[in-house]
Amino acid sequence: MRLFVVVIAAYLVVALALPLYAMLSKSMLDPDGLFIGLANYVAYFRTPALVYSIKNSLFVGVLTTLITVTIAFLLAYALTRSRMPAKPAFKTIAMIPILVPSLLPGIALIYLFGRQGLINGMLFGHDIYGPIGIIIAEVFFTLPHALIIITTALSIADARLYEAAISLRASRTRIFFTVTIPGVRYGLISAAFVVFTLAVTDFGAPKVIGGDFNVLATDIYKQVIGQQNFSMGAVVSVVLLIPAGLAFLVDRIVQKKQVALLSTRAVALVPSRHRRFDNLMLGYAIIVSVFIVGMISVCQYAALVKFYPYDLSLGFTNYQFDLMDGGGWDSYFNSIEMATYTAVFGTVLVFCGAYLVEKAQGLGVVRGAFQFLAMLPMAVPGLVLGLAYIFFFNSPTNPLNFLYHTMAILVISTITHFYTVSHLTATTALKQMDAQFESVAASLKQPFYRTFFRVTIPVCTPAILDISIYLFVNAMTTVSAVVFLYSPHTTLASVAVLNMDDAGDIAPAAAMGMMIFYTAAGVKILHYLLSRGIEAKTQAWRSAVPT
Amino acid sequence: MTETFLRIQGLTKLFGSFAALSDISLTVFEGEFVCFLGPSGCGKTTLLRAIAGLDIQTQGTIEQDGKDISVLPPAQRDFGIVFQSYALFPNLTVEKNIAYGLESRRHQRVEIRKRVQELLTLVDLADQVEKYPAQLSGGQQQRVALARALATSPGLLLLDEPLSALDAKVRAHLRLEIKELQRRLKVTTIMVTHDQEEALTMADRIVVMNQGVIEQVGTPEEIYAQPATEFVAEFIGTMNLVPVQALPGSEYSGLGARFQVNHNELPAGSHAALAIRPEDVQIDQAGKAAGENTIQAKVDDLEYLGAFVRVTLVASGDQTRLQVDVSTNRFSELSLSAGSEVSIVLPPERILIYPRPD
Amino acid sequence: MDRLSQRIRSGLIGSALALGLVGITNAGTELTVYTAVEAEDLKKYAARFNEDHPGIKINWVRDSTGIVTAKLLAEKENPRADVIWGLAATSLLLMKGEGMLMPYAPAGLEKLDGKFSDKSSPPSWTGMDAWVAAVCVNTVEADKHNLPTPASWKDLTNPVYQGHLAMPNPNSSGTGFLDVSSWLQIFGEDGGWAFMDQLHENIDHYTHSGSKPCKQAARGEVAIGISFAFRGAKSKAKGAPLEIIIPSEGIGWDMEATAIVKGTKNLDAAKTLVDWSVTEKANQMYNEGYAVIGIQRLAKPVKYFPDNIPEMMIDNDFEWAAQNRRRILAEWQSRYDSKSEPKS
Repeated sequence: MRLFVVVIAAYLVVALALPLYAMLSKSMLDPDGLFIGLANYVAYFRTPALVYSIKNSLFVGVLTTLITVTIAFLLAYALTRSRMPAKPAFKTIAMIPILVPSLLPGIALIYLFGRQGLINGMLFGHDIYGPIGIIIAEVFFTLPHALIIITTALSIADARLYEAAISLRASRTRIFFTVTIPGVRYGLISAAFVVFTLAVTDFGAPKVIGGDFNVLATDIYKQVIGQQNFSMGAVVSVVLLIPAGLAFLVDRIVQKKQVALLSTRAVALVPSRHRRFDNLMLGYAIIVSVFIVGMISVCQYAALVKFYPYDLSLGFTNYQFDLMDGGGWDSYFNSIEMATYTAVFGTVLVFCGAYLVEKAQGLGVVRGAFQFLAMLPMAVPGLVLGLAYIFFFNSPTNPLNFLYHTMAILVISTITHFYTVSHLTATTALKQMDAQFESVAASLKQPFYRTFFRVTIPVCTPAILDISIYLFVNAMTTVSAVVFLYSPHTTLASVAVLNMDDAGDIAPAAAMGMMIFYTAAGVKILHYLLSRGIEAKTQAWRSAVPT
Repeated sequence: MTETFLRIQGLTKLFGSFAALSDISLTVFEGEFVCFLGPSGCGKTTLLRAIAGLDIQTQGTIEQDGKDISVLPPAQRDFGIVFQSYALFPNLTVEKNIAYGLESRRHQRVEIRKRVQELLTLVDLADQVEKYPAQLSGGQQQRVALARALATSPGLLLLDEPLSALDAKVRAHLRLEIKELQRRLKVTTIMVTHDQEEALTMADRIVVMNQGVIEQVGTPEEIYAQPATEFVAEFIGTMNLVPVQALPGSEYSGLGARFQVNHNELPAGSHAALAIRPEDVQIDQAGKAAGENTIQAKVDDLEYLGAFVRVTLVASGDQTRLQVDVSTNRFSELSLSAGSEVSIVLPPERILIYPRPD
Repeated sequence: MDRLSQRIRSGLIGSALALGLVGITNAGTELTVYTAVEAEDLKKYAARFNEDHPGIKINWVRDSTGIVTAKLLAEKENPRADVIWGLAATSLLLMKGEGMLMPYAPAGLEKLDGKFSDKSSPPSWTGMDAWVAAVCVNTVEADKHNLPTPASWKDLTNPVYQGHLAMPNPNSSGTGFLDVSSWLQIFGEDGGWAFMDQLHENIDHYTHSGSKPCKQAARGEVAIGISFAFRGAKSKAKGAPLEIIIPSEGIGWDMEATAIVKGTKNLDAAKTLVDWSVTEKANQMYNEGYAVIGIQRLAKPVKYFPDNIPEMMIDNDFEWAAQNRRRILAEWQSRYDSKSEPKS
């Protein structure tokens, strides 16, 4: 058992710690590989265009955060505190952006507000290419993440606090500011930092709709892909690690406090009916849903129109991916293959890792290091991870060099990129199990793996399914880490969207983006049906009522 | 009954620099029911886990049935265990839970079925075979856990606070049931508990522990009537503890008076605690009692507890508070109320003296 | 979807070992070929080649010229390409200077026009076809905004075009570089930069790839895209309202060329491919998209291509362009790449 712990910890060292180290040291080398200390950083901060990107990134990050958190809070409020109809439908719609690459909202915005946009008059002459476009796309992209966090925070509210406030004759406004807001403050802070990190590190939206408005994420791409200036790419990566790392730290601290709030016993709040308020909330939810569904529909429309805006007849010409950049239909199937491997191997790895860290005895140092490494990916933007992989795995002296340009490295990078959330899901599920199962099994002379397969896995099946779907969907949509790592054999659908857009083939890019959406959505629906089936079968004990 | 089954020698367990157990030595006899009793953090659970091999000791040896098991992993030891949380596998039925330890031992299916039936009858759950743990009450779950632990007929049964998650009535009932079962099966049993009533009613012998050391080992009667240390005296039952100082001869001064005791090994002038149980103090109306060990006191508070009344007194000499239990009948004879003046007698043969550091 | 399930099934089986992640090994001869040829032509090129040499599988690595160039330079110590087929001659000259190419005289070299091969003997590279700069004008958009049809490069600096132009970034795009290097040759070093300073005022944005400006013009996303003739003709064929303008000062051009990467482990196959790349059959294939090809006597007119292209091609000094590439790009970047500054 200890051996396995060491093996999985070693995986994280090789797949995370060493590449990051390679990147840090690369940022201190000149193009010929000589150590030059911080000279690259000095050069970076002396290049005004590059330093502007920091300002631009912060600008986009802060504005996106303010807008997204506000929209998400109101929607979460509607979902938890009103009695508007069709809540599940609104919730589902709000989750759609998770299923598409962040490039897709950018493409939709071009069709909506570009020079030939369907409703470009609504921008009153402003240019969609630039901060406006980036921010709208980022709001779309980050909304589900903020919504999940804030909805959770709102739904753990204690009804008794509200009853107390009402009995003290507080007005609705006063209750809102003295009970509701303080109750969700950690949720709001946490959501704000998650959104900020996503917006600052995202690369898809600024790439498509950013025009000449440079941000840190596109700078890394330009330095590395455009100019093959790896050292400077590494420098920008380190700069990008700072806001992401800070946001991560704040989030961890806040999460702990939120958990402390959770552990107090609360009575669930059931909203009462207020006709005007419910209608208001319903109207708001409809507006948000129209925004989301509208963006997706525009992409589907764009994918089907033969030659926008001059030939609006519909057809499938834009689906002839083999005639375009990006690897053709192969990239779509590669993506499915990659997502499947990521889901299968990733789930096994993450779950076993979490299990071993929870259950193995001794090895304090290794377990501590493991916990740290498992949390670290959250703070490492995908682009940074991908770049770190080039430095580490493409070094001719690395015995793992053979992995470079294979499907394997895409899978490894994706598993690592999305390790933290998966690990937390697994750990939460494992912590809910009785800590004494293994002791009992030992006393009954059963080896630990028997209990693992007979009890742990069946009990954790819902969490295991969640992890595998999370990994699958993210593997389908991710661009940032893999954009540096794909090879001619292993082009990916999400990267194809990027490359087709880069070559000006925006309609096929939209078509491929929609293929990703339908695949991810299909898998989600399958997951829903499957987990209901499995739950009925293996989780019967959960619904069992004491007699 | 006097065959040594478990011999623990010089057991020490360190967590960092903190000694959870220091130099514990203990012998458990075959077929005996032993309770480890003590406040939380006293080391009783650590000792149990060391016996099970779940937490290996830092130093010391454990022999079970003549065999040195000090460093064996749990799976190579011979015990069954029941935890406070029961740790029933939630996804397995009652039957599968109980059969869990039997299945891989190449038992025939029919055999396993039979054994499970036997055990279910033993714990009186024969009609619950197909249920999942979540469908059972707490008491029923506890009995399933017991059956599962006993399924492989282990030489040693370990119970880690098995009753503390249950409500009072079920607890009292299960206490008897477990005790009865243990007698019937004659399985050597060690139970960890912080509940002295549980320990006093169930155990053949009680091991009272505090801060990683054994304070006293003895039968419930010994533990109650002859607490070996001031800690045990205070921990078990209710005890009046009064600071006193030794005088020459068998006398002590305290409570603003002098007391005669039956034996005294302390040199004159040393500090000590005088201990006497509330039911051992005799009480009478003021002035009625006289002679040695009599003092005057005033009733401060009365607590009606059904069979008896607990009277809180304040000694007239130095205002020390004392508790005295008076049977309900005697209470009505005396017609006491708050503020009544009384005389009390502390019989020398009931007084215990514990030395205190100066 | 059969293909998918089959792939996943075989994939899962294949990956049972060693975490299974390492699968995919080569069978038969495979060549890794780096190229900047338009994506839609890659299948055709490989298929035509395989008609004659079915045993050699081509694995394409395609990207914009600048990127393929940068990638090849970055991989200098640890080359991953066997052959370069379809990259700008200026880029190949650069690599020749770095000693990265293996000189090789393919069978049939003598049939090529003189300028379609490297001057050294044996040559380090051989040319395929010429790709030439052109301006794509969207006639619908031009009418809408009352834009006159430009006839020369200088016309494009007219303030009426402000915000209606797109051109490729020369740092990433070969087309962008040939534009810049041709302007410096046509107008002279100082005149060239002065022209670009004025042009910059009218540029809405610089694109990553050379085909994008024309594709954007085709969609009306900009009115005018500085791109190359091949792309314009393709978009026009698809029904875009485009007019392809050949500016009167003359147009920059570059050759798409072929070379063997020094150190390839598949030298025989690489030679086979390069031999084939100069055959008449190959030239006829290039002629399907390009008007000017290595064996010019075979050339037939290409639909939608302006007829006067051969006359308008400037006398391009590739050696000069290759030698000054880094300097020119650095200068360009410091002058124009800061369109990124927030417009406050």
